[in-house]
Amino acid sequence: MRLELRGITKTFGSVAANSAIDLTVEPGEIHCLLGENGAGKSTLMNILYGLLTPDSGQIVVDGETREFTSPGDAIKAGIGMVHQHFMLVPVFTVAENLVLGNEESRGGPLGWLDRRKAKADVKEVSARYGLPVDPEALVEDLPVGVQQRVEIVKALMRDAEVLILDEPTAVLTPQETEELFTVMRGLKAAGKSVVFITHKLNEVRAIADRITVIRRGTVVGSAEPTASARELASLMVGRDVRLVVEKEPREPGEVALSVRDLKVTDDRGFLAVDDVSFDLHAGEVLGVAGVQGNGQTELVEALTGLRAATGSAELFGRQLVGASPRAVLRQGLGHVPEDRQHDGLVPDFSIAENLVLDQFDKKPFGGLLTLDLDAIAKNGADRLAEFDIRAESERTPAGALSGGNQQKVVVARALQRDPSLLIASQPTRGVDVGAMEFIHKRIIEQRDAGKPVLIVSTELDEITALSDRIAVMYRGKIVGIVPPDTSNEELGLLMAGGSGDEAEAAAETDAEAVAEPTSETDAEAAGEIEAPAEPAAETPAEASTEKSAEESAEAAARAPEREPADQSSESADE
Amino acid sequence: MSDRLKRILAGIGSANTVTVTVLAFVLSVVIGGVLMILSDQHLLSEWGYFFQHPTDALSGSWDKVANGYTAMFHGAVYDPHAKQALRPIENTIVDATPLVFAGLAVALPFRAGLFNIGGQSQLIIGAVCATWVGFSISAPMPLHVLLVIIAGIIGGALVGGLTGLLKARFGAHEVISSIMLNNIALGVLAWLIKTKAFHDPNRQDAISKPVKDTALLPAIHGSSPELNFSTVLAILAVLLVWWVMSRSTLGFRLRALGSNPDAARTAGISVSRNQVYAMLLAGALMGLVAVTQISGTLSASHAMTTTLDNGIGFTGITVALLGRGKPVGVALAALLFGALDAGGVAMEAATTPTVPHDVVTVVQAVIVVFVAAPKLVQEIFRLRDVRRGEASGSGTGAAPSVAPATAVDSAAEAV
Amino acid sequence: MAVATIAAAPTAIAGGTEADTRRYTAGATQIIMGLVMLLGFGLGTRTAHGASTTFGMTLVSKQGTHVPDWVFPARPVIVALAVAVVLLGAARLAVQLPRRWRLIGTSVVLFCFTFAFMAWSAADPKGGERLILPSVLDSMVIAAVPLVLGALGGVVSERSGVVNVAIEGQLLFGGFMTALVGTATHSLWIGVIAGVLAGALMGLLLAVLAIRYLIEQVVLGVVLNLLALGVTGFLFKSLMQTNQNSYNNLTPFTTVRIPGLASIWVIGPVAFDQPLIVYIAVFLVVLVHLGLFHTRWGLRTRAVGEHPAAADTVGVKVLRLRYRNVMLGGAFAGLGGAWLVGNVGNFTENMTNGKGFIALAAVIFGRWSPFGALAAAALFGFTDALASQTSSLQLPIPSDLLTTLPYVATLFAVAGLIGRVRAPAADGKPYIKG
Repeated sequence: MRLELRGITKTFGSVAANSAIDLTVEPGEIHCLLGENGAGKSTLMNILYGLLTPDSGQIVVDGETREFTSPGDAIKAGIGMVHQHFMLVPVFTVAENLVLGNEESRGGPLGWLDRRKAKADVKEVSARYGLPVDPEALVEDLPVGVQQRVEIVKALMRDAEVLILDEPTAVLTPQETEELFTVMRGLKAAGKSVVFITHKLNEVRAIADRITVIRRGTVVGSAEPTASARELASLMVGRDVRLVVEKEPREPGEVALSVRDLKVTDDRGFLAVDDVSFDLHAGEVLGVAGVQGNGQTELVEALTGLRAATGSAELFGRQLVGASPRAVLRQGLGHVPEDRQHDGLVPDFSIAENLVLDQFDKKPFGGLLTLDLDAIAKNGADRLAEFDIRAESERTPAGALSGGNQQKVVVARALQRDPSLLIASQPTRGVDVGAMEFIHKRIIEQRDAGKPVLIVSTELDEITALSDRIAVMYRGKIVGIVPPDTSNEELGLLMAGGSGDEAEAAAETDAEAVAEPTSETDAEAAGEIEAPAEPAAETPAEASTEKSAEESAEAAARAPEREPADQSSESADE
Repeated sequence: MSDRLKRILAGIGSANTVTVTVLAFVLSVVIGGVLMILSDQHLLSEWGYFFQHPTDALSGSWDKVANGYTAMFHGAVYDPHAKQALRPIENTIVDATPLVFAGLAVALPFRAGLFNIGGQSQLIIGAVCATWVGFSISAPMPLHVLLVIIAGIIGGALVGGLTGLLKARFGAHEVISSIMLNNIALGVLAWLIKTKAFHDPNRQDAISKPVKDTALLPAIHGSSPELNFSTVLAILAVLLVWWVMSRSTLGFRLRALGSNPDAARTAGISVSRNQVYAMLLAGALMGLVAVTQISGTLSASHAMTTTLDNGIGFTGITVALLGRGKPVGVALAALLFGALDAGGVAMEAATTPTVPHDVVTVVQAVIVVFVAAPKLVQEIFRLRDVRRGEASGSGTGAAPSVAPATAVDSAAEAV
Repeated sequence: MAVATIAAAPTAIAGGTEADTRRYTAGATQIIMGLVMLLGFGLGTRTAHGASTTFGMTLVSKQGTHVPDWVFPARPVIVALAVAVVLLGAARLAVQLPRRWRLIGTSVVLFCFTFAFMAWSAADPKGGERLILPSVLDSMVIAAVPLVLGALGGVVSERSGVVNVAIEGQLLFGGFMTALVGTATHSLWIGVIAGVLAGALMGLLLAVLAIRYLIEQVVLGVVLNLLALGVTGFLFKSLMQTNQNSYNNLTPFTTVRIPGLASIWVIGPVAFDQPLIVYIAVFLVVLVHLGLFHTRWGLRTRAVGEHPAAADTVGVKVLRLRYRNVMLGGAFAGLGGAWLVGNVGNFTENMTNGKGFIALAAVIFGRWSPFGALAAAALFGFTDALASQTSSLQLPIPSDLLTTLPYVATLFAVAGLIGRVRAPAADGKPYIKG
């Protein structure tokens, strides 16, 4: 099937999400749609899938102009889509999800479901394309990778000829990503076309047959997969990107945050953080890497008082575990929450009000009873200027800002406290390159001012660019603490749960440092073996963290030796 | 739900708020009028031969509706024929006073993202406490009233706080637990009224002992025994709630909570504690309604009856909505509803055949529906344009004027 | 209907899981119930002096074989039941039982408690007091029917994601139109159809205002209830009160006796000699259950209520389905209103008197399932019936307080003490594309 989009334009209010976009997808090709967050890729695909109607432009399928007013029309035309946020009903079984909207019925006024047929159909399609799924399993019990597979099967069961994958790798480990690529190649071999939406350059170069780059709602060019990462990056961003985070090596100071045997359960009662121990030094950036959902969120929530935990986490000797969010903030925590919309901002509040959200009852902004509206307004105006937040005034509601400016508000709030500890989760999620550079710079300033900084990010390149040491989380455990010049392949292995031994020989010492506390706690958990050895147990742990601290200093020293080209391609992937 | 609340509350500052409210009022009055016509058998029969004698039906209907609303106006605002021409205004204020408290009791938790449908139970328990203090304690005049007020506040706050606690501690949805508490409170009231401790031994029916004279809210001026000190309390309550919501740290917390509880929590604002505070305050305000019902000079018996809540708990919801959650808005909405109530009673007495005052409930409900759905009001008044256009023979010209409106709507939906 | 959900309260980590906590709460509650039975009912003054309990077993209002009174010594029976309940509670406390056994255990405890209460209430040393069991059950059926139908309306609506707080108004308007049209046409059944249509109309109003005009659904429900109360109250006073015969005078429902089944011992006259609508209500429960869980309509309804965007992306018309379901729900409630009127033969002002809200509670108590709603409605109906039937027995517990029991139980249920209830994920959230 040959699919063409001609002159697609879509505006929301005064913002043009898509303007006059042309795109052709040939049969049997893997077509990459490359663009920054907010470039308009998803809007375009939602139009193609009938979820949005374009203001103007045509969709042409095999030479015939089609109009899609609902996803049903798009499905009928042979278009399937795997959304970034999966469109699966969590409480349904796989089979129920797969037949929804396309149910086999044994008749009757309400359509009596033919479950046996449904199951058989699911099995048949999943066997044909080599995508094993269990029709009886509840979707909410399945791991993310499998849910994605269910989504692909769903499209294939509806005879999709063109499959749109919207940022499918965001939730996958590098190894799972490889598997997905194998599936994509299989689909291509079966004559289907795949539209692969991403902002990750190395993935594009690995899989694409053709690349279309979108910037600010317009097609800015196409490229061959042989194009260099630098070429693609400048095409995507629109200018020569400053690819390196400037950062001088720095000796870390004393231990600021000391986490020991931390255990945290998630909302469903599962152990999300499993016996985690690490030290964070003053003047050091510790990056926590890992695929989304491996306990990073819960780790941060535990450290910030948002989630109950056991074990200990001492900030300059003061216990954070069991403290309320308010008490933790009182100790000087600056916190950039993972999801600014969800946890960071009060959309109806003005920028000024949002900036004091965590200290409105402290001098000079307010007291026990009253607010000082003037002080709040003045602070708002000052931060607006300092952080270059683009808004009419500090009275503008935060909900009216663009994503990048919202993120700046959240970052400004955390930094204006002159924090004793900065914890930033996904500090640059969904912001453009300019804002990203700015935020990175401010984070490094904190580190250079001798502050301990904990960064959590699922973007490996952000982690490697910012961190002095990298802790990799997998299934709730820290499976390794490695220097920032560790290759992406090694990190990927760790992120997929590869043990320290499997990681490359270069990281041998780190692997040891990591393996020790893990095995030791295992022993403790097992019970008697070293039961009376409480104090003894502590010593090696400290030793190991010290060791890794030494190494990270070493690593930081090594950092400038890295090949500039290599570095550039990695950072640009963000 | 908070999204919807936001949407409702976001309209406050917009320029067409007043327009929409006025048009909503007009529409509801029209619907009320239609109801009046529909309820008159004589008029209905005249409409039956509309094509023979259209004037009969039209003039008859006009008279009916005009008489009804005129009587209402006379009962609520100004009656040129009465001895005290401004007495109706006083009635309106008297009727509006409990609605101010009730409206605030819904509006305040509203801003914190909580829906207080439990006004009935808060009022009842507040009344139980106030009444008990009112008849069982002997104290000199100002002190006794003060004690009654405090008792009412505590009773209401206890129930409100319980709702908040159930939500904060156990995640029980406040709407459901409130409905349950309403029914429980009704049962408790029905039982208490019959107990020896409460029942008036001089009466056969279900009524409590009356509160002592020292427990009555004093009248504001001698000539009108109806207008009493509770109105002053209501004005103070409006000011206090305004100050709390816009100038205090508590209000900051509550507003943050209502707009995005997760962000509030992340920023160190205790969600559960402030939910309880919001509901405590709401309950306290409903407790004040109880005080106006028991100790206000409005209540002839100064005692509890099984119908003492009189639907005020629910009316408070509509008042809060009409006032768009703002204290001053609530006060104005309460005045309007108070006028409708006072006028409704007068209308029922002054019209023949009687126009039952229930039409007021309809008018109140309809205003709120329209105010909550500004888009609907907008569409209705556009539709009139279209019809007028068709009538004058330029039907084609009207169509485009509708089209962009729908386009704007769907764009708004898309965003 | 969720006000933005907040991360669940932190769960204890080591040792005490939520299941454990619930086990302790349930076990302790059951033991306390057993002790109340023992000390309050079994060893109280009412059962002293060799008092015996008399249960009447014949429903005099309906024809059926006469069953002699059931008389037994009060104290030994109640004490035995109390001991059984304490033992069951202890077992619950000690062992983590599988779900099925927990359910059976809870049911047995509830049954024992209720039976002990009834035995206590009808206990009398002179043997004069008696409680007619089939009467209790018959009143239960009559009280439960509008609750079942209203709750069924709520289930159908909320399963598709629209909160239905307007059940009260739908009942009321349905009842009103039944009386009006039924009297005008001299046909109760045409009246019933009018009532159903009136309920559906109220449903349509709710749907349009909630789905198209995006009014917050709980608020909207409250306002629509007020509207229905105002309109029916107004028309009742201006039309019906002045002219009862031409607007508000119906022959009540007659019972339909199912031959054979109606002669079953005690149960027969209660279960199989009832007006047609009772059978229809039960039939609808079964039908909606099968529909929801075994048909295309049900699959789509549940999908739309859980994850409308997912349903939309596979071509399900989300809004259309919601309109249909809300109207269908209104029709069910309208039938409930018709029952209220048809049962007594006329409409009275505010005759629903909060039944719609109880039906709403039954929806939640019954966890959004038709059979759950039926069970909850039966429970509410039963307590109601028990309170009214025992009111003449001069119990030390006032019947006014007795009627509040189901509300207290529901309060515990929503507070998660009986087990967390989970609403359809998208319940109350309007679906906006894009």
